[in-house]
Amino acid sequence: MTEIDEERADALFHALSDRTRRDIMRRVLAGEHSVSALAAKYDMSFAAVQKHVAVLERAGLLVKRRSGREQLASGDVTAVRSVASMLTELEQIWRGRIARIDELLASDPAPHHQED
Amino acid sequence: MPVIDVQHQLDTLTLTIVAEFAAPVERVWQIYADPRQLEKIWGPPGYPATVVEHDLTPGGRVHYYMTGPQGEKYPGYWRITAVDEPRSFSFEDGFADQTFTPDPNLPVSRNVYTFAEHDGRTRATYVSTYDSAEGLQKVLEMGIVEGATSAINQIDDLLAA
Repeated sequence: MTEIDEERADALFHALSDRTRRDIMRRVLAGEHSVSALAAKYDMSFAAVQKHVAVLERAGLLVKRRSGREQLASGDVTAVRSVASMLTELEQIWRGRIARIDELLASDPAPHHQED
Repeated sequence: MPVIDVQHQLDTLTLTIVAEFAAPVERVWQIYADPRQLEKIWGPPGYPATVVEHDLTPGGRVHYYMTGPQGEKYPGYWRITAVDEPRSFSFEDGFADQTFTPDPNLPVSRNVYTFAEHDGRTRATYVSTYDSAEGLQKVLEMGIVEGATSAINQIDDLLAA
């Protein structure tokens, strides 16, 4: 794996590891939003939302363009909706379940069989 | 790590995961047959699952909801389509409204779980299939997110690849 790939993976997973950023992605995938319209949706400062948008942009998940005084953000559909990345996300849910099964089994007191 | 193989079939929107557990097949089966055990493993961290109906027989239903950090509830259901205890079972997994009526506008996945004895351990094969990419996308948007921890673990996996 090259240094650049590693950096991209870092940026991608860091971007999606935050709930507000995932929520922003849902909105901008549905359609273009101005950054100020996005900021109005959250109980945080404009600057904080702008920072989240910048993280998503650096990860290649979101693109921004300028229209007059507005900054308009839209989700990069190909980047986010690629089936491969969705299956990878699903895989994480499954890996979580498998890890929990493993933990549950490990907490069994001792191997035993119950006969009916 | 119990996961020994993962396959993504992009054309059929199928995820196959094979895991190996240090327990007999019957013990692994119990996790799915016992609602109290099932709810321990089903919901991701921060989204505990509560199983309110559980009938693991063909045509039977399992009703559950996951509770989010703000108390929001995500009801879901399984419709069991086949059972071969303790070797395998098949079911459809979908979203429901608060009365556990399936929501026809939300995607359904078809799942086949198979458990086989392997050197005194259990090899579990999980196959999950979606009908459309839109359906899969929706499922991931519905709040079933593992959050930061798994995203970070995934980086380690990528780096090790």
